[in-house]
Amino acid sequence: MKLAYWMYAGPAHIGTLRIASSFKNVHAIMHAPLGDDYFNVMRSMLERERNFTPVTASIVDRNVLARGSQEKVVDNITRKDAEEHPDLIVLTPTCTSSILQEDLNNFVERASIEAKADVMLADVNHYRVNELQAADRTLDQIVQYYINKARRKDELPAGKTEKPSVNIIGISTLGFYNQHDCTELKRLMADLGIEVNAIIPEGASVRELKNLPRAWFNLVPYRELGLMTARYLEQEFGMPYVDITPMGVVETARCIRKIQQVINAQGADVDYEEFIENQTLYVSQAAWFSRSIDCQNLTGKKAVVFGDNTHAAAMTKILAREMGIHVVWAGTYCKYDADWFREQVSEYCDEVIISDDNGAIGDAIARVEPAAIFGTQMERHVGKRLNIPCGVIAAPIHIQNFPIGYKPFLGYEGTNQVADLVYNSFTLGMEDHLLEIFGGHDTKEVITKGISADSDLTWNKEAQAELNKVPGFVRGKVKRNTEKFARDRGLSEITLEVMYAAKEAVGA
Amino acid sequence: MSVAQAEALNFECETGNYHTFCPISCVAWLYQKIEDSFFLVIGTKTCGYFLQNAMGVMIFAEPRYAMAELEEGDISAQLNDYDELKRLCLQIKRDRNPSVIVWIGTCTTEIIKMDLEGLAPKLEAEIGIPIVVARANGLDYAFTQGEDTVLAAMAVRCPDKAPEAEKSDRNAIQKLLNFGKKKEEVAQEEAEYVNHPPLVLFGSLPDPVVTQLTLELKKQGIKVSGWLPAKRYAELPVLEEGYYVAGVNPFLSRTATTLMRRRKCKLIGAPFPIGPDGSRAWIEKICSVFGVTPKGLEEREAQIWASLEDYLQLIRGKSVFFMGDNLLEISLARFLIRCGMTVPEIGIPYMDKRYQAAELALLEKTCQEMGVALPKIVEKPDNYNQIQRIKELHPDLVITGMAHANPLEARGINTKWSVEFTFAQIHGFTNARDILELVTRPLRRNNNLKDLGWEKLVKEEAKV
Repeated sequence: MKLAYWMYAGPAHIGTLRIASSFKNVHAIMHAPLGDDYFNVMRSMLERERNFTPVTASIVDRNVLARGSQEKVVDNITRKDAEEHPDLIVLTPTCTSSILQEDLNNFVERASIEAKADVMLADVNHYRVNELQAADRTLDQIVQYYINKARRKDELPAGKTEKPSVNIIGISTLGFYNQHDCTELKRLMADLGIEVNAIIPEGASVRELKNLPRAWFNLVPYRELGLMTARYLEQEFGMPYVDITPMGVVETARCIRKIQQVINAQGADVDYEEFIENQTLYVSQAAWFSRSIDCQNLTGKKAVVFGDNTHAAAMTKILAREMGIHVVWAGTYCKYDADWFREQVSEYCDEVIISDDNGAIGDAIARVEPAAIFGTQMERHVGKRLNIPCGVIAAPIHIQNFPIGYKPFLGYEGTNQVADLVYNSFTLGMEDHLLEIFGGHDTKEVITKGISADSDLTWNKEAQAELNKVPGFVRGKVKRNTEKFARDRGLSEITLEVMYAAKEAVGA
Repeated sequence: MSVAQAEALNFECETGNYHTFCPISCVAWLYQKIEDSFFLVIGTKTCGYFLQNAMGVMIFAEPRYAMAELEEGDISAQLNDYDELKRLCLQIKRDRNPSVIVWIGTCTTEIIKMDLEGLAPKLEAEIGIPIVVARANGLDYAFTQGEDTVLAAMAVRCPDKAPEAEKSDRNAIQKLLNFGKKKEEVAQEEAEYVNHPPLVLFGSLPDPVVTQLTLELKKQGIKVSGWLPAKRYAELPVLEEGYYVAGVNPFLSRTATTLMRRRKCKLIGAPFPIGPDGSRAWIEKICSVFGVTPKGLEEREAQIWASLEDYLQLIRGKSVFFMGDNLLEISLARFLIRCGMTVPEIGIPYMDKRYQAAELALLEKTCQEMGVALPKIVEKPDNYNQIQRIKELHPDLVITGMAHANPLEARGINTKWSVEFTFAQIHGFTNARDILELVTRPLRRNNNLKDLGWEKLVKEEAKV
């Protein structure tokens, strides 16, 4: 058992549902107790979705517990088939059904005899994989299913498209700024003269999956979702894939150069260098921003980065390499893919943190007192408590991270958006400090190192008065260092003497 | 509007394929209500993810709740439940030092048959903090019924005798009301009450509403000896055999049963104090049990109705469809019919006809007096079928969960999110306006936008 207040990645079935509901005309049926269908609420609220989320539950209740699901799951599948005429029904196990160990595969086989739709059981284990891994696996599973189906029927199209073309793999519902990124990637491909053969899973029809091999290559913009599918297609059809996330000026250029190499190897004759230079120097504002006086002021400022692999790694590189910011630590909650993260960021930050414990991350932020945080919604709230500005760069996210306006993180427009995000975070922090220095609002409470622990030390009157004379923006630090000093020496009351001793000892 | 019908209410039961919140959501409001409690939900990532998403920003306020997240070793019993729970509870004791730890059993603990009720007393003795076990799981219950399971477990913990010395000022509300007063004044106040057997109310309400309802009864000379739950676990009310109890919410049938059977209390079956009509009927019923003639209630009700007139004008003659997810549906429908609305269907997760008997009778009476057809009450509704019926009936308002609200709005159907009724203050005379504020909001908003021609915002009428 683990004591947990919060989690960064959701349970496995959420990943499966994100994939199923991204496709057009695919219905997911969860084998779950009443109330587990809150995925529909999340999708309806966060994505402001106009259509009913194609997810229903085959309810596990007391009767099911006593007698097994028997006909219930099969009935629910065939009923949904008749009502909605989906192309595919994905039976989705949950943590509850994992323990019941009912033979869901058998239900799928029985239902597929009657149903017009294809029926499939999502192959995910609740206790071993999280939302992201399950999404990756489910997408792979669906693609394999339809490739095999087409192959059996001898319907696999032969050959490649005439012009260079790409499949964009991994755009999904409830993904962090996925819709905007998708638009930006399509725009980028158009600029490069590359046709988009397919985008999966978002908005795709499973009937078109057999056409995937017609593309010249696959582009996998996110580390977490789509790699399994890309590797399968490489193995099966020799399709190369590009898995460099085009986030930030340098990485976008690297991604484009890799694309160039991949398609030239198949007989295209393209040279994107001029395009890259033109975009970098004159179109994207990010390179110019890094050269400007504004960005100069950020030199050496301390920041911490935390998020999923894709965004935390890209952000760390942008901050360190493109803006000269000092990334004290960078971290990810994708523990299952920690080696990749370490390899990506270790030269760009002092320390790498791999953890999915939000308390530990909060404490690590409090410890280094950065000038800005780039993290998830959880880190934003830690920042609020510590009075440190935060830019949100990764899921988990709230409704404000599903903006209506166009805000991609990828491609050249993405570099502009990221520059704004970084700059706004830091200037807000600066303005706040200036206010403090010139006697602005002065009511902030100071906190201790561990964000959840209350101070067990008392400050006597004189020491408290002295502390209040310290300028607001360093007061927290002075208080913490003094308390640490006192605690180390087993003192319970802080007097003026203790305060000065601490100052002399640790420079508080 | 159809003519009054003589026949009785029509009950149906569908498939139970409907959307509702998992009952563990009750920790969200109960940890705030019971200030010295800590809620430990023993379940999986699925439970945790639900709480984290359903509670939104509350999660960041250092809530006094946490998940005991079960891992593969717990499921296969490679780890010892008792040792694991002891380790976590000691950690909670060290970090938060609560007066009570409430264990919320989930679907998983049911399926693997973890004996929480058996483990709790042993662990309680070992760590010195009371441990209350509530099995609020999605296999058995819906949404607000979670509170019912917790309060039923708490009812067993209420002291059965007040210590003599403290008896006079034992309960929290009285302390609150008497705060700072001298002894003579308190004695004088005692005289304002009629002599009646002790009355304890049950149901978790925000503190301002507790004060309002307590004062409302005080006006009739009726003294509230305590509330289940109180502000603090340490202040749970005394329950002696023969005490009277009354519920304030329609989803508390297990708590009512426990109070009657295990604590030998007498249940006052009344409609619930939701809307001015419900509030009046609730007070009248309590008065009648104690042989008190209510004073000034009729005027008070009339006065509240008069103050609602601007809202009533918006909804008179309009129809409202309850998809059903929180068990407040019968009381809300009864109030809205009194407001002049018609109700074709009341969906409800679970219908306890005995506990809600007085409320159902008032619903029937209200329909007759208002000359409208009796609604169809659909227990364990099927959301898919309901949406087909909504498409046919095209009601003026659908009260529903968030899963359906946006898709229905996009199809030109006004909706109100049902969960708001659970969190808003809706009890008593004072809060009647708040209910109508919620009910009329979509109508007012859409009135503002009505000339823009932006009602149906999906291209073809997509299959629903």
